[in-house]
Amino acid sequence: MTTAAPTVEAPRPARWPVFGAVSLAALVATQVFSFLTSPPDQNMGQLEKILYVHVPAAWVMFVCFAIVLVYSLRFLWKGREDDDLLAAAAAEVGAIFNGLTLVLGMIWGKPAWGVWWVWDARLTSTLVLFLVFVGYLALRAFVEDPQRRGQWSAAVGILGALNVPIVWMSVTWWRTLHQMPSSMRSMAKIYWVGMFANFGAFLLVMAYFIRRRYDAACTVRAAEHASQAAALGGLD
Amino acid sequence: MSKRNWAILVAVVLVATFGWLLYGGLDKNVVFFLTPKELLAKGDAGYDVPVRLGGLVKPGTVQWDEKTLHLQFEVTDDTSTVLVHETGAPPQMFQPGMGVVIEGKYGRDGVFEATNLMVKHSNEYHPPKPGEKPEEMYKTLIKGSTP
Repeated sequence: MTTAAPTVEAPRPARWPVFGAVSLAALVATQVFSFLTSPPDQNMGQLEKILYVHVPAAWVMFVCFAIVLVYSLRFLWKGREDDDLLAAAAAEVGAIFNGLTLVLGMIWGKPAWGVWWVWDARLTSTLVLFLVFVGYLALRAFVEDPQRRGQWSAAVGILGALNVPIVWMSVTWWRTLHQMPSSMRSMAKIYWVGMFANFGAFLLVMAYFIRRRYDAACTVRAAEHASQAAALGGLD
Repeated sequence: MSKRNWAILVAVVLVATFGWLLYGGLDKNVVFFLTPKELLAKGDAGYDVPVRLGGLVKPGTVQWDEKTLHLQFEVTDDTSTVLVHETGAPPQMFQPGMGVVIEGKYGRDGVFEATNLMVKHSNEYHPPKPGEKPEEMYKTLIKGSTP
């Protein structure tokens, strides 16, 4: 081959399991912390506890899709396969947290609002975001050629990520059943502390998931490169 | 960056711009519920059609009959009020002063007959004031006409 395709290297063994265990421990610790420190809300009572999973899940989903945006753009710019693989890993983890946000929101909605689901702008746009990234993942399974797959994925990934500000602003732009974002004034400090602590732990878990999915994808691609090279006339 | 990638990026930017313009056009039309003022402003067109009505439960107007499950209250947006009637138990968090969204029809008799009652929670989260216990708060949730 005259033009060597940019190859992906198999990941080197690292201490990611340790990082994973620490992240999980941090998550348990922040959950216990927020459960023990937060008083019941004056209207919701103990229902406010779901703040510490629903809101961090939503924020982490936004972070994931921001990563998708950055690495999709970088892939289109530089054409490096590992950028595409990282974007895909972030999309996958983002879709998980997106689904989690929806489910936790529904579990909250039933006792708080009286309904599991309504088609207001916030819920609908969040569902659209979820479907776009499920579509993104399905698309990847259908396109065989890695460069093609990267290009198509990047296009869908960027469009999907542009939906994020719409989801975020939906409660401000439109009249919805979902409430507006809370502010430092509208929410007691102790709830904020619990929410941000859990957001930090969720971020660690997110980083761990993305890293492991990325490593797995790199391993698969490196094996594919190796078998191709072998088929084309032996390993160098 | 290859030509093809440029083409993809340009296409993405175009679709995104178009999408944002569409969303921008939706701005005032996407309304999950009408306020009492808006419902009353519809005049004749507001009667007997399925709509969602949203506002605050006016304190002092809640009448709740545990035996017959008749719930009656006024919904207000500070300028207008609409009388609402529902048969069935209200959601846990229903109480005077709380935000609600009601699905149903506004009858010509001036009563909004609800088929579904939802609580619209605000973005306020505060622990109860000193002296209030959460168990007591639950008790006061559906107390009736006294706020």
